[in-house]
Amino acid sequence: MSGTKKETGFTFTIDGIEVTAYAGQTVMEAADEAGVYIPRLCDHEGLRHQGSCRVCTVKAGGRSVAACTQPAAPGQAVENETPHLNKMRRDLVEMLFHEGNHLCPICEASGNCELQAMAYRLDMTETTRFPYLEPCRALDASHPDIALDTNRCISCGRCIRASEDVDGKGVFGYVGRGIHRRVAVNGENLADTDAQVTDHAISSEVCPVGCIIRKRVGFVTPIGEREFDKGLIGHEIEERRK
Amino acid sequence: MSELPKARIATASLAGCFGCHMAILDIDERLIELMQLVDVDRSPLTDKKRFTTRCDIGIIEGGCCNEENVHVLYDFRRNCDVLIALGQCAIMGGLPAMRNAIMHSDAPLRECLEEAYITGKYIRNTTHNVPNDPALPLLLDEVYPCSEVVEIDYQIPGCAPSGDIIFDTLAKLLTGKFRGFEREMIKFD
Amino acid sequence: MDNGQACTNGLSSTACDVSAVPGEEIAAICKAFGNDKHRMLDILRTVQDRYHCISPSTMDRVATETGLSRIQVEGVASFYSFLSLSPKGRITIRLCDDIVDRYAGLAEVTAAFEQVLGIRVGETSPDRAFSLEYTPCIGMCDQAPAAMINDVVLTRLTADTARAAAEALKAGLTPEHLVSERFSDLTPHERANRMVDNNVRHAGEVLLGPVPEDAGLNKAAAMMPAQIVTAIEDSGLRGCGGAGFTTGRKWRFAAGERAERRFILCNADEGEPGTFKDRVLLSERPHLLIEGMTIAARAVGASEGILYLRGEYVYLRELVEQVLEERRRRGLLGKDILGVRGFDFDIRLQLGAGAYICGEEGALISSCEGLPGEPKTRPPFPVNRGYLGHPTVVNNVETFCHAARILDRGAGWFHAMGTEGSHGTKLFSICGDCLNPGIYELPYGHSVREILEMAGGQDAAAVQVGGPSGAMIARDSFHRKLTFDDLATGGAIIVFNGERNILEIVEYYMSFFVHESCGYCTPCRVGNVFLQKAIGKFRKGLANPEDIEYLKELSGTIIETSRCGLGMTSPNPILTTLKNFPLVYSALTKPNKDGIRDTFDIQSAIDGARKIAKRRSYIFDRDFTQ
Repeated sequence: MSGTKKETGFTFTIDGIEVTAYAGQTVMEAADEAGVYIPRLCDHEGLRHQGSCRVCTVKAGGRSVAACTQPAAPGQAVENETPHLNKMRRDLVEMLFHEGNHLCPICEASGNCELQAMAYRLDMTETTRFPYLEPCRALDASHPDIALDTNRCISCGRCIRASEDVDGKGVFGYVGRGIHRRVAVNGENLADTDAQVTDHAISSEVCPVGCIIRKRVGFVTPIGEREFDKGLIGHEIEERRK
Repeated sequence: MSELPKARIATASLAGCFGCHMAILDIDERLIELMQLVDVDRSPLTDKKRFTTRCDIGIIEGGCCNEENVHVLYDFRRNCDVLIALGQCAIMGGLPAMRNAIMHSDAPLRECLEEAYITGKYIRNTTHNVPNDPALPLLLDEVYPCSEVVEIDYQIPGCAPSGDIIFDTLAKLLTGKFRGFEREMIKFD
Repeated sequence: MDNGQACTNGLSSTACDVSAVPGEEIAAICKAFGNDKHRMLDILRTVQDRYHCISPSTMDRVATETGLSRIQVEGVASFYSFLSLSPKGRITIRLCDDIVDRYAGLAEVTAAFEQVLGIRVGETSPDRAFSLEYTPCIGMCDQAPAAMINDVVLTRLTADTARAAAEALKAGLTPEHLVSERFSDLTPHERANRMVDNNVRHAGEVLLGPVPEDAGLNKAAAMMPAQIVTAIEDSGLRGCGGAGFTTGRKWRFAAGERAERRFILCNADEGEPGTFKDRVLLSERPHLLIEGMTIAARAVGASEGILYLRGEYVYLRELVEQVLEERRRRGLLGKDILGVRGFDFDIRLQLGAGAYICGEEGALISSCEGLPGEPKTRPPFPVNRGYLGHPTVVNNVETFCHAARILDRGAGWFHAMGTEGSHGTKLFSICGDCLNPGIYELPYGHSVREILEMAGGQDAAAVQVGGPSGAMIARDSFHRKLTFDDLATGGAIIVFNGERNILEIVEYYMSFFVHESCGYCTPCRVGNVFLQKAIGKFRKGLANPEDIEYLKELSGTIIETSRCGLGMTSPNPILTTLKNFPLVYSALTKPNKDGIRDTFDIQSAIDGARKIAKRRSYIFDRDFTQ
């Protein structure tokens, strides 16, 4: 894990595109630098890699691996944008939609939501075969400046890592197991924690969906000017190649 | 285009807000183009309450929240070759389906009705009764997306779907050219 | 409606009586474990055993004492089945809910307990005397139905013995009293044998035949570590837990890492339903196991070891502790083992708390570290960076026992047994519809049919080889051989006769995986719930032919995108029965003719409204009258 050894670069390919990587880099890190977008939800720039959403699954050396945690290997041929992989990614995104209660029409994250944007990118438009689990989840509006609508949580854990590693606080954490595993707060409710609206964990970029809500600023961006009104998710990374 | 025999279309609004039907009107002047391809049979737009003939395409707005919705949807499935779910409510239940996630008590439907008509904080209902006119269709235990009640052939996403995506999809379906949506057109809001 | 997610408002409404547990007592428990956050599982287990609940104030105090946050403590407390955030009874009765137990009469046993105790499964009595629960396989399938009463195991239960046990408990007798009136006078070995039969049906040459005491360790002590690794490599020994990784290579990798500390971990978290061979080794050959671990320590240069014993085998804790103590006394553990300078090694026992996933080596390490039992990202592999970041060898109980024997008798002796690629003997735990359930030690290479004949399972119509994560095979495959290259198994062989309902078994196994998924990754957490629901559709006769394709596709996504072995194998009950019992599925499907979904039942959908409105449907009730 040394970002200093920039001189020991090597190359591998993603869908035939030659990509340069450095010792210790993951497939996704190298891909991002090279302007090749690999879909992801639980991974976020500046946070530890977790490898839990599995949306970044790629084929490397014949095996399916999570690009966000898989170390890049010299000469390896990685598959990314294949119909097979995108179909599985679509399944995963659809699982996340069906696991929680995602009502895009009334969600203030709509248009800025990475889950929604990923569904657009992966063409999630066919009649679903998955059942809706429709869980009964909590709305925590105890904090003066922040609300949590856990109906929309996709358990990516980005807030957990941002709070622990960037804010040095540990406001969030996982509890439970299996389908009951969820993100919870360090206390009875959010007001019982030391969360502040200025925390990185609370910032709009960390929560990919509309679970962490900053009060009094909802719907400020008009339709047409929101993040993913401007282009498909990943377009900024892909533009690096052009 | 006009030499093709005209397709027959039917539409219905189930548990929706009629917004998707208004969105059909957002096709604007292209409606004229569309009308050269289709005749509209049963639909709120024509005010025809029954199928006069078997239709090529049925367009459904809204999910199923009561028995009448199910009845209409069955009727559409039996009388249409192709069924399209138009908008988020038809596709996944939409806002009415919010009641599904809050309904995990022992008597969820009763609780829901009582909160809506009697106990809710902002209710001004001097009769203190839940409406129960015999003409009112019975509510379902939960709100169902159309695809859980009948087979749905296509879905057009959006709340409401844009006039563009509606026109584009219908025009392509009618001419056998539909191969999926332009990604830029896909919106769930 | 069962959506797999109970309604909670996220607040601690069901938490236990906060004032009941003085903070100083919690602090004392933490102190007994050195206020070490890595001993969190021990701390919380002790709290649970003593107070039958882990309350918010307890979590706060534990967090303070161990330098963690409350949410981190809650993450552990809420992960393990045997820990509870809501109050449980002073005696918790856990009925083993495996499919084998169900077929052996679990329903009658449950009814007896429910009736006598006056509570249903899942409930705690108002006086907090009893909790009654179901728990997945507790490793007693050869003597089902079985139950855990606190730390005591009862087997071969019937409605009568269950009722007698429940009445005795209700009369105030201790669970130990159910085993023997003079329980306290018995040795740990006697206690274990009173509770559980070992059912060794066939002793092989390696493990269950005569084994000279510490012969392997004596030889290993005189060898260079590299020679030990070479001997294990030459023997062809492969991991006996199911995955079958070459043991010698694992040891070589760990030995080759530059490190200050190395660890030897024994995986005695035998959770695969139908597997109980490690249970038998732990009670019949505990010295051989510790001997094998000690040899591994010598081989890779480790001085610390952990034996991770599944929570369901808590009845073996004393027995193992006593063996460890005895070996320390005899100089077989501790400093300068057998007088060899610098040969230092000791072992601590880590008890699990009800989580199948902890049998996965990364999750086992997480659990030993005091974390929720979640698998770790690979790479790095445990041999490179495992327990607390140190190179770690994790091997199964049986593997360590084999290693000790190989050192005694030589690699060639072991290599000569079995088949090419599958050397030596293997313990098979056979249960279900057979006359002689129990443990069979056999060289690799026997066919399923041969084993069925030995066990008196000739009536078998289906055999689950390797437990639910393995394969369900039909009669036309009974000629297949039990080897790594043909039918691989960690040991479980579950026999089902022609009267058993294949889909009932599959549905049970899917519910098992749903219960045991750690929930870390999306496909395993959510996908298995979908599979379980889909199988339910088949069971109800509401499936269409397209649903078979759906099962295959969804299984494919789960297998290919899951993060660890659990998700990579959890669809196997479905996939292997689809392949080997296709008619079971196709017989239950009917094509949809009119596009109306059979799964939607209008009558049940309007039933609630009919009752509220006190009128019938003018559309769907034929006898509707105004």
